[in-house]
Amino acid sequence: MEHIELFFKSIFIDNMVFATFLGMCSYLAVSKKVSTAVGLGAAVIFVLAITVPLNWLLDQYLLQPGALAWLGESYASYDLSFLSFIMFIATIATMVQLVEIVVEKFSPALYNSLGIFLPLIAVNCAILGGSLFMQSREIPTLGLATTYGIGSGIGWFLAILAIAAIREKIRYSNVPPALRGLGITFIITGLMAIGFMSFGGMLTGGDDGGAKEEQTMVQSDFKQQTDLDQNLASAIQENKDTNTEDSQKIANNTKGNE
Amino acid sequence: MALLSKKDSKLILDPLTDNNPITIQVLGICSALAITAELNASIVMAISVLFVLGLGNVVISLMRNIIPSKIRIIVQLVVVATLVIIVDQVLKAFAYELSKTLSVFVGLIITNCIIMGRFEAFALGNGPWRSFLDGVGNAAGYGIILVIVGFFRELLGSGTLLGFKVLGDPIEKTGIYAIGYENNGFMLLSPMALIVVGIIIWVQRTRNKALVEDH
Repeated sequence: MEHIELFFKSIFIDNMVFATFLGMCSYLAVSKKVSTAVGLGAAVIFVLAITVPLNWLLDQYLLQPGALAWLGESYASYDLSFLSFIMFIATIATMVQLVEIVVEKFSPALYNSLGIFLPLIAVNCAILGGSLFMQSREIPTLGLATTYGIGSGIGWFLAILAIAAIREKIRYSNVPPALRGLGITFIITGLMAIGFMSFGGMLTGGDDGGAKEEQTMVQSDFKQQTDLDQNLASAIQENKDTNTEDSQKIANNTKGNE
Repeated sequence: MALLSKKDSKLILDPLTDNNPITIQVLGICSALAITAELNASIVMAISVLFVLGLGNVVISLMRNIIPSKIRIIVQLVVVATLVIIVDQVLKAFAYELSKTLSVFVGLIITNCIIMGRFEAFALGNGPWRSFLDGVGNAAGYGIILVIVGFFRELLGSGTLLGFKVLGDPIEKTGIYAIGYENNGFMLLSPMALIVVGIIIWVQRTRNKALVEDH
């Protein structure tokens, strides 16, 4: 159950592109044709599914405060978390290289379709972002970290596939000249992101009672929500406040009418 | 600028307008969008990138003749990661609240495409001083967009600038709130960043027809 929840949460609610803007550079640059978009998307799923669990192990047994305790008691006081950026990016760069070599050796067909995208991926923010979010959200087990990696990858895949399909169609539309290409892609992505925000209620349930229960569950899953989420929550709260104000106004009006 | 020759000043001024990293080269968008809900965070992010890109360009340019081209990506990543760790530790020490707001996006400067893009395109082929100017120019071009987006999102979204209530107090109904103005909470949500950048691109390309793409 936990796995399914995290899986769908990472695909839809915390979608890499629409909620956190990760991997935007390649998302914008490689989304002109559906076929190339599929290739890059598949490579991202592949690499995220490998690097997130690997970096989880690194984080758990090397980087966290006290993570070195398995070496002996005298090591328990070390806190190497400041090294996490360089460790994560080194893991990602070497893994990408390794995956490239292995795939080339054992599956030339897959290599031909993924090959040119793999080097691009080492510097794709979605990959490093996946690992960093995994760290900051304190995902508890290796299994969940793998699920999170695969889910985020699929979310990214979905996003680039959708925008590539739209961009293939929009070529036949009459877009204002200054907006052609990059400009309209930005605005469409913005609108798609607004659409994806509606998934926000997917796991919190319909009625308020259910929402509270689910929220506490989610909070125990991720002890430390990022501030981005908090911003979102406070903004939603504001909206709610204005909504209630509005409904009060309406109520007052109807009273006046009576 | 008497200090700089014409060619050098072009290195700094070009990325500010007609060769802007964000609106024209499509680099470094990831971090540009996520942290611009407050002007404060945008400015800090712009300064961090300025530091990393300026110094990183110099370092790579100094090492350009001794880096074997096969492993250059990983060398570049190590240089950036080191600089970013410095930025991250400084932020955590002197501006803890802000570093919380920026969360993972400080770390994501490592994979900011502007940085790798400039290393590849410029620092590997030019001397340290010119690379430094190029780095500063591009980081400034990035920073300008960040500050513009942050300005509008904070002003329209929460009615403040750098935390000061420039439009009056929404609760006590002073300033323009007295005549019924409301904050647009939607500006604080992430999708609006994309749309604001889209509009900036629109305005820029309307003013300079040479930049218009044909699909």
